[in-house]
Amino acid sequence: MRDFYGETLKTPMMLGTARFPSPAVMEAAFRESGASVATVSLRRERGAGQAFWDMVRGLGVHLLPNTAGCHSAREAITTAQMAREYFQTDWIKLEVIGNADTLQPDPFGLLEAAEVLCADGFKVFPYTTEDQVLAARLVDAGCRVLMPWGAPIGSGMGLNNIHGLRTLRAAFPDVAMVIDAGLGLPSHAAQAMELGYDAILLNTAVAEADDPAAMARAFAMAVQAGALAATSGPMGMRDMAVPSTPLIGKAWL
Amino acid sequence: MKIEVNGEQRDVAATNVGEALAELGLGEARVATALNGTFVSAAARDGTALSPADRLEVLTAMQGG
Repeated sequence: MRDFYGETLKTPMMLGTARFPSPAVMEAAFRESGASVATVSLRRERGAGQAFWDMVRGLGVHLLPNTAGCHSAREAITTAQMAREYFQTDWIKLEVIGNADTLQPDPFGLLEAAEVLCADGFKVFPYTTEDQVLAARLVDAGCRVLMPWGAPIGSGMGLNNIHGLRTLRAAFPDVAMVIDAGLGLPSHAAQAMELGYDAILLNTAVAEADDPAAMARAFAMAVQAGALAATSGPMGMRDMAVPSTPLIGKAWL
Repeated sequence: MKIEVNGEQRDVAATNVGEALAELGLGEARVATALNGTFVSAAARDGTALSPADRLEVLTAMQGG
């Protein structure tokens, strides 16, 4: 597995902490998923922050704070600075949202924020699209990880543009890449890993399942299968059938 | 003076960010702060003066995806 700013993850699974029915269910899902990274956010203090901080630290995984909900580079930069102090990590999942319906990244604001934050010593995990030109600019800015979406956040649609994601993977062989957003089923996660991605980031698909812990385990198994397949030399596709049973020695009946 | 704390109007006697947190009962709390959209580190709070109508954001850890 490619490393994430020098860190090798134990498993290629990042899991969000939002939308779970209870803290106990969230903890069970983390255990079953084997996730090695938890995403977290900063919001206005209303009295519950300390308890949540204690709980996520107890998960024993890397923390990846996000800039979710930020619609400008300035907002995202300030949020990242606050997150670095609060969570005591240089890692930041950089989100600069450009459209309220699709939660699509604003590529211009994203690049602007990434340039400022990389220069300031942050280890930036940009939430981006499969756009190869934007990816190149983010890498030029100093990003050593890219997090293209599979589909819009929370949609559960899976990989909307497999061709684009395959092209992006091939274009940056040395950059760690995570499929972030849009995964709904374990088969989507397996597919992401089969394409050669280094990890996936999940939240809603696990948190909103009827049994989040069981779904977390299903995703963990799928990710393992996909990663193994990716390194096992998948066969090429063909247009026509090829019989698998030998024709030589077939009886004349 | 009147300032805005997390979107709500507050009347405070504090003259800097550190005093404001103490006055709001958050002097010991684990929080991150920004004044008028600019990050104020924990070390800089006492040296960051408040002016009327300032917008103070006091943030803490929350669930996120």
